[in-house]
Amino acid sequence: MKTRSNSQTSLDESKAVQYLLITTAVLFLGIMLVVPLITIFVEAFRKGAEAYFTSFNDEYVLQAIKLTFITAAIAVPLNLVFGVCASWAIAKYSFFGKSFLITLIDLPFAVSPVISGFVYILLFGAQGWFGSWLIENDVQIIFAVPGIVLATIFVTFPFVARELIPLMQEQGNDEEQAALLLGANGFQTFWKVTLPNIKWGLLYGVILCNARAMGEFGAVSVVSGHIQGVTNTMPLQVEILYNEYNFVAAFAVSTLLAILALLTLVLKYILEWKVARELKKLKNEE
Amino acid sequence: MRLNFGILKRQKSPIPGFGLTMGYTIFYLSIIVMIPLIALFTEAFSMGWQAFVDASTNDRVIASYKLTFLTSLIAALVNTFFGLIVAWCLVRYEFFGKRVFDAIVDLPFALPTAVSGIALTTLYSSQGWFGQYLEPLGIKVVFTPIGITIALIFIGLPFVVRTIQPALEEIQIEQEEASTSLGASRWQTFYKVILPTIFPALLTGFALSFARALGEYGSVVFIAGNMPFKTEISTLLIITKLEQYDFAGATAIAVVMLVISFVMLLLINILQRWSSRRRGMEAI
Repeated sequence: MKTRSNSQTSLDESKAVQYLLITTAVLFLGIMLVVPLITIFVEAFRKGAEAYFTSFNDEYVLQAIKLTFITAAIAVPLNLVFGVCASWAIAKYSFFGKSFLITLIDLPFAVSPVISGFVYILLFGAQGWFGSWLIENDVQIIFAVPGIVLATIFVTFPFVARELIPLMQEQGNDEEQAALLLGANGFQTFWKVTLPNIKWGLLYGVILCNARAMGEFGAVSVVSGHIQGVTNTMPLQVEILYNEYNFVAAFAVSTLLAILALLTLVLKYILEWKVARELKKLKNEE
Repeated sequence: MRLNFGILKRQKSPIPGFGLTMGYTIFYLSIIVMIPLIALFTEAFSMGWQAFVDASTNDRVIASYKLTFLTSLIAALVNTFFGLIVAWCLVRYEFFGKRVFDAIVDLPFALPTAVSGIALTTLYSSQGWFGQYLEPLGIKVVFTPIGITIALIFIGLPFVVRTIQPALEEIQIEQEEASTSLGASRWQTFYKVILPTIFPALLTGFALSFARALGEYGSVVFIAGNMPFKTEISTLLIITKLEQYDFAGATAIAVVMLVISFVMLLLINILQRWSSRRRGMEAI
């Protein structure tokens, strides 16, 4: 049996084991995550900066960037409103079936993206439930922008709600009750009391929601129809360019998505720290 | 047990807005999630049992299930092993660049799957940074099940690390001290004290990673090659059926995959409850 002078070090692994574990972890993360990330930028600039920037001088690419922003601009606010409503209803009241409702809200995360797109084809496709009605009234959802937006809403559905529910549950009702007692109405209470309390968590949810909305591929791919310049988002354009062996352009568009991903990670890291601090403050007040 | 009429009947609360927020929640949930999913199951029922069984169990479909399950299982196992090491290092040690590595673990969440897909394919192709060294050794990655597994490891890693990290952080140092003072070696303490404590979290991480891999599409299609019976995963087969206007075929596979996903979700919920109860006991 080994004895060590300091009781603290007896809880640590030997230096050799520590180095071995750290090296393994760093190598694994490096090979699996960091190198693929670097590859995106290296491949995009393989033929020089000029070729990189020319890739964006393309009508289809610009249309794809535009559609990506439009899609996110519709899907994210809708899921934001839903997320606030759902977390208010769930966190502020007690009712039977609450955990079941939370499970239902989380459901889209369990569904494969391909199936998320496919279900809308069953509803709105030419042979779908509402297909003939839509054709008669000349409304196109599938292979058009509304289908892309719907599929995006589905896959990003839980993001804001699942961030806010635990946060609002933790914060309880006391402050709201005080505001109401002092004569504020429900909306004022939400706006002046609840919202400032949940703002960082809300922003966190919105940022994750936005990253997924702009980057979704599988679900959107099923309903898009891949019409260049009309129903292609950035990830779909990446696929088309790649399959056309236009690798520089494919990776050039990818760099924009990679930068978005990195920005998301940085903001996520900062907000996680802010939310943790807020919760700690809350615990100290108790 | 007391009977409840009205499933969502609330207890009295002075906070206003229950009707509005709950009403909108149910409405939005129904039109975006519930009705489309119900449409899928209705479609499957209207096929008739025999047609459903034929469409969901023909040879090509079975081959895709086997491939999807096997690659997802291996990827989840690899992720559980390395994810534990990564989480351990991030929680217990200080090393250069730790914060950056901690943040980068979430990259697969944030990076669009299509981008991950083409990046991995390029890396492991015969001229790629990794492929050029692997190919002379007789290891072909691109367009083989190995490639699919690598893509699934990529997308599943954050689930394992982010599930194990909080469990490791909550371990009480006293337990380890007790174990050590009773004469256990470091390895025995890990094996008999730490591992059983974090086991539910480990299992949850494994299940999350596995469940995500089963339904994955974007990062896999580029590296898989998509050859029927060889490298065709189930989600891709759904898309192939759709492109051939074989809606019944697509529906059947989608329902099988969805039922499996729901079973996984149920299991994960049970695991998480187990995990938080165990952590709750620790806190006492």
